[in-house]
Amino acid sequence: MKSNTQTLNDNVMTVAQTKKKIAPARILLHIVLTIGALLMVFPFLWTISSSLKDMTQIFAVPPVWIPDPIVWSNYVDSFTAMPFGRAYWNSFYITAIVVVAQLFTGSMAAYAFAKLRFRGSGVLFILFLATMMIPKQVTMIPLYLIMDKINWLDTHLALIVPGALFNAFAVFLLRQFIRGIPKELEEAAVMDGANPFRIYWSVILPLIRPALAAVGIFIFMGTYNNFIDALIYLSTPENFTVPLLLNNFKGLYVTNWAYMMAGATISVIPVIIVYMFAQRHIIEGVTLTGIKG
Amino acid sequence: MREWEWTSLLPILYFNKEVSNVRKNNALWGLIFLTPQLLGLIIFAIIPLISALVLSFMEWDGFGERSFVGLENFIYQFSSSDFWKATYNTILYTVLTVPIGLMISLLLAIALNKIKGKEIYRLFYFMPVVTSSVSIGVIWMWILNGDLGILNQALAMIGIVGPDWLTNTNLVMISIAMLSIWWQLGYNMVIFLAGLQGISKTYYEAAEIDGASKFQQFRNITLPMLSPTTFFVAIMAIIGSFQVFDQAFVMTNGGPGKASYTMVYHIYDNAFVDFRFGESSAAAMILFVVILIFTLVQFKLQKRWVHYEE
Repeated sequence: MKSNTQTLNDNVMTVAQTKKKIAPARILLHIVLTIGALLMVFPFLWTISSSLKDMTQIFAVPPVWIPDPIVWSNYVDSFTAMPFGRAYWNSFYITAIVVVAQLFTGSMAAYAFAKLRFRGSGVLFILFLATMMIPKQVTMIPLYLIMDKINWLDTHLALIVPGALFNAFAVFLLRQFIRGIPKELEEAAVMDGANPFRIYWSVILPLIRPALAAVGIFIFMGTYNNFIDALIYLSTPENFTVPLLLNNFKGLYVTNWAYMMAGATISVIPVIIVYMFAQRHIIEGVTLTGIKG
Repeated sequence: MREWEWTSLLPILYFNKEVSNVRKNNALWGLIFLTPQLLGLIIFAIIPLISALVLSFMEWDGFGERSFVGLENFIYQFSSSDFWKATYNTILYTVLTVPIGLMISLLLAIALNKIKGKEIYRLFYFMPVVTSSVSIGVIWMWILNGDLGILNQALAMIGIVGPDWLTNTNLVMISIAMLSIWWQLGYNMVIFLAGLQGISKTYYEAAEIDGASKFQQFRNITLPMLSPTTFFVAIMAIIGSFQVFDQAFVMTNGGPGKASYTMVYHIYDNAFVDFRFGESSAAAMILFVVILIFTLVQFKLQKRWVHYEE
């Protein structure tokens, strides 16, 4: 927050210096936007603050903003009360496999749709896109029954395999990028006698790295945060992903707000860290989905 | 160029106009490249979709005999009070979140568009978008807690006795809508921002020369030029809001009573609590058709009121 107000002050200064007339409307706008930004971040700050309090501080009126003493043991207790460490590992390895596999299978399909057009590929592509209009809830029940039939219920395969093999959105986005690659770049490889796989591997993939990053981060967020699939498929706490475990944790400690907030912080931190590092990619990705398609 | 916006949203109406270059070699390689995703498409989309349709005409508890019951599941849903309660709550949620959420995100985007420090504001406004429904649910249960929640403590400071946000039948949907707007605001804002960046400066320069006021510029340039973006955001928001589930499941279990029981909650309950897979599939198909009709009707309408840059 400090950096925010800092820049705000800097801005006001530069505006004041460059233009003789300070626009009061502009300053007012900055004030409103800063209050807005505070409101957006406040729930997270309040969560962290609450997670470090003991019971008397939790119940204190007026509220205690900065915990004193800082009660780190809430985190230790949360980690021992529920297998959060295990849930982290589950979420991370599931997400990692889904992201890598989906980028691979998705970009392969995207390459085929963009560059290897053949009779029927247009129809196939439309079929892919049409599935984006099917709400998840429609396929949810048959998928559950399929997973039951092949004994994948309560296993991570039920979360990994669909995520790795099918994502019409990723295919569509990556295709848009690959279409934009000029023919000349491939032709050099074709002259050298490269087959489509070589072209895909050594020409296309390196060129679409920014797109892979954007799509990959999207898949990361979607998979790490996915709740309903984990809820339906998983039943043993050792198998739980972070959101599902947090939901269970909530059921057990609903009145122990310090634990609850420690749990929420534990679940939010990985994704916030990724966001801080990758926010440019994420926002570019959102922009692409909205504008270029 | 801008046509991409709606074609990408409504993929079914997408036509590949380019002459396809048919080569046997391409077909073979194409199929090899497509195999993994094609398998995924068949196993995880097409087969389940057909199964859902078939199931919606069947009676099945997941274990015993399956029997064909015609339209009975649909009749069951249309005469079920839970179904209508869920429909009402879902529509209420849509009405509460979409117009207000869109308006705030549009205003924010316009405010941020040409301001210094845009990136930093954007960083904060977008942050909730990346967090999971469960964590935001848990966080807001604490903020909205009737006795100890920080919101009611803040209200008490200015002399207002805060209500029980999540346990009051009349308020619970409003509370869930409120935090959902907070959750998704940044997403819509970023798309609006991108839309604003796409409007050529020359329009504003021309308007400036003609002496148009800021408001006139907003009314006559920004809004019409932004309409494809607005359309996209609105459709996505409506479709998303029809599928609201996680927040209600995590925070209130659909309660108090059935006050935050939504359509997806109804589908989930029918299938995974009551094991009425047929009835549940019928409800899911109804939701699907509603979303489909909505999308197609909007697609027809948008031609009338959406302006595309030539």
